[in-house]
Amino acid sequence: MRPEPFGALLYHFGTRRLSFLKNQRVLEVVRSLDGHPSARAACSAAGVGEAELPAYARALSALAESNMISERSGQ
Amino acid sequence: MTVTHDAPSSPAAAPKLTDLFQSGLDAPICLTWELTYACNLSCVHCLSSSGRRDPRELSTDECKAVIDTLERMQVFYVNIGGGEPTVRSDFWELVDYATAHHVGVKFSTNGVRLDAAAAERLAASDYVDVQISLDGATASVNDAVRGPGSYDTALRAMGNLRDAGFTGFKLSVVMTRHNIPQLDAFKAIADEYGAQLRITRLRPSGRGADSWDELHPLPEQQKQLYDWLVAHGEDVLTGDSFFHLSAFGGALPGLNMCGAGRVVCLIDPVGDVYACPFAIHSEFLAGNVRDAGGFESVWRESDLFQSLREPETGGACRSCGFYDSCRGGCMAAKFFTGLPMDGPDPECVQGHGSAALASVSGDVPKPSEDHSHRTSPRSGSGPVPVTIGRRRPPVHDCDESPLAGFTP
Repeated sequence: MRPEPFGALLYHFGTRRLSFLKNQRVLEVVRSLDGHPSARAACSAAGVGEAELPAYARALSALAESNMISERSGQ
Repeated sequence: MTVTHDAPSSPAAAPKLTDLFQSGLDAPICLTWELTYACNLSCVHCLSSSGRRDPRELSTDECKAVIDTLERMQVFYVNIGGGEPTVRSDFWELVDYATAHHVGVKFSTNGVRLDAAAAERLAASDYVDVQISLDGATASVNDAVRGPGSYDTALRAMGNLRDAGFTGFKLSVVMTRHNIPQLDAFKAIADEYGAQLRITRLRPSGRGADSWDELHPLPEQQKQLYDWLVAHGEDVLTGDSFFHLSAFGGALPGLNMCGAGRVVCLIDPVGDVYACPFAIHSEFLAGNVRDAGGFESVWRESDLFQSLREPETGGACRSCGFYDSCRGGCMAAKFFTGLPMDGPDPECVQGHGSAALASVSGDVPKPSEDHSHRTSPRSGSGPVPVTIGRRRPPVHDCDESPLAGFTP
């Protein structure tokens, strides 16, 4: 993951796919995923409002589909 | 770039990627690095006019220092090319050094050194991808452009990769008026070898300037190519090189923008940094990796790259309804055909290019560097001009040796 002025770039060496995080807040969510029990908790902590949650959920599932993020094992 | 995965777009009103990239990135997403001008072939459309090694070529240690910089800047991967990069004796050492330093490698080759052992080695690495160049689906079409025997060499290399179990390597084709009718045949070859087809645009750069008139696709072929790309979608890679065709209608997969100096650039064998691989000309030279500050300051601070990141005006294209699709096309194609940077692409599919070309007057810029083999076969036939002269005796002894007649 490489920070950029607009957000960040993600590159997966296995799939050779490039993804983009288009703002700072989604970057903060992705960065903090590991420290939260759920994606929803990470979103709330980053200040994502109720109304925006579906958009963030879509963004995170797209990242999961392309193997950029993955479910913690054992949960 | 090879693959652009359209982003998980964050919330409402997500900005367009092209707008985010317009003002440039902190580091290139990927960059092209030509390791050597030396090449066993003399392709008539070579972008870098390669052939002979340049004695100023970066040394192994200098190349490693560049890789260290790329690692620090988090450049995800480099497209290594040439010349023929595998003829450098330290080629594998550099590939290993890059991948050990988290810089992925994709390299382009004509296959000359890709024997069974090399293929095995490549199949074992997750961080190295290979691109085999082939410009005809038949030997006659390919060899007319790339030279005798080059078709067989490429297919042998592909066979070695397949036998080693390397799937998904790239079969890379530059589209010309002679091979556009072979699009389906290229796809069949790629499928047969477990490769992915990648097609790119012919540019009038390097020796391509001399072969452009005979090779560039005819106007009706542009539409044929566009339709074929639309039908094949993301199955076929294009390195984002056909965005000028987007003016036919819907945008093609990819970024559809000129990334020169914003998201991509070129490092040439002597360390010169150019805005893009198709623009080896002093006009697009941003600096050298040997300068104080190295590649990092060239990318971030050079005047040229700063100016390329300014908003585009669109110039003569601004009033065209298709400007938002094609953004005026390819900078290098315009430059090397003598067209203004803010005007239409020479291959503008709305026909504005041909009108502009008709009004080009004066000299068209020539590539600044030429490393072509001096012994390339002459094209055409006819008498060979030779100079036959008598060797004249020197006027003075001094003409022969500066020490002539000197007695201490």
